[in-house]
Amino acid sequence: MFQGIINGVSAIAIPLLILAIVGHGWYKKVKVYEVFTEGAKEGFTVAVRIIPFLVAILVAIGAFRSSGALDLLTSLLAPLTSWIGMPGEVIPMALMRPLSGSGAMGIVSELINTYGADSMIARMAAVMEGSTETTFYILAVYFGSVGVKKTRHALPAALTADLAGIIAAVVVTQLVFG
Amino acid sequence: MINTIWLVLMGGGILVAAFQCLGLDYSSASGLVMNPSFEPLTTLTSGLFSSAKASVELALGLVGIMALWLGLMRIAEESGLVKIFARAVRPIMIRLFPEVPPEHPAMGAMVMNIAANMLGLGNAATPLGLKAMQELQKLNKVKDTATNAMATFMALNTSSVTFIPATIIGIRAAANASNPAEIIGPVILATGVSTTVAIIMIKFLQKLPKYKLEVPEATAIDEQGEI
Repeated sequence: MFQGIINGVSAIAIPLLILAIVGHGWYKKVKVYEVFTEGAKEGFTVAVRIIPFLVAILVAIGAFRSSGALDLLTSLLAPLTSWIGMPGEVIPMALMRPLSGSGAMGIVSELINTYGADSMIARMAAVMEGSTETTFYILAVYFGSVGVKKTRHALPAALTADLAGIIAAVVVTQLVFG
Repeated sequence: MINTIWLVLMGGGILVAAFQCLGLDYSSASGLVMNPSFEPLTTLTSGLFSSAKASVELALGLVGIMALWLGLMRIAEESGLVKIFARAVRPIMIRLFPEVPPEHPAMGAMVMNIAANMLGLGNAATPLGLKAMQELQKLNKVKDTATNAMATFMALNTSSVTFIPATIIGIRAAANASNPAEIIGPVILATGVSTTVAIIMIKFLQKLPKYKLEVPEATAIDEQGEI
């Protein structure tokens, strides 16, 4: 039932939003087609402008992951994370989440398949997936798209928030499902 | 900081791969054994090239979706819909972004982006967020340096205020979880913690000498006025 509502909201949200925008435009006598194409024109330039930043970030993350450096870091961190009750299997997820969205998604799917969707490990990874974001990707792309190079305090603040989010995910999952 | 992290990811990756080429293996029976091979480095190299290629494909794949949402966004701006949205959450927005004039289009774009994030509409959130950054950049006096408003917006974005984590619920449903949506409560709690920490950190760090804007905003405006 609850699940049905969630699925319904997800299915309806985008069509409804588009209808509301176009409908309100028509009501306010906006020349919807002409104005749409005018705005859409920027799509290409914005997408092309973020290419150098995407290449820089994704290549570095690829190197770190495919070389086995990520696994090495995982084994180094394991004694620390057991302190807050975080199973070692979830560490790669916590490390990958700020770096790569598709990488993190791959890890969650793997954990769900290996340990079962209702296991503590899979639930913890799922909560992490839902409650944190791909920090490096967002910072690189958003700042890159407008040509900002000096990002000041944005990265340290975002990484601290990620750490807090990951710890909160571990604690909350244990409290709710433990 | 981004330079250091980038260097660690890139250099660390290459060094670890190079070390693995030695093929060191230890067992009590045969002691330390060495099995040299170049395979870890060749795997790394092909991985580097394929990620470079994939990032361009990712960016070009965004073109259509970007165009769609930027087009719709323009309609919503012209019709005044964005202003209506922005006005509804104005009390919160002016506290979070005191540097941005309340009626500025940047406020509307940021509100739309945050709303898309909350509903888990990932592919709508990115174009709207990039639009918001363009609007914030118009208010920026030093074009290569982030403003306080930009950093705050980034902190909100990366800590992802989420109410409906649609993708992960879908994955759990596909894996036959007994109740796929049960993670919503924990997700809202955890995301609440990270967003709170993000806002506290951003407001605290922006006052530190290390992160202070190099050009004070008042002088910056004067300089701009002469141009």
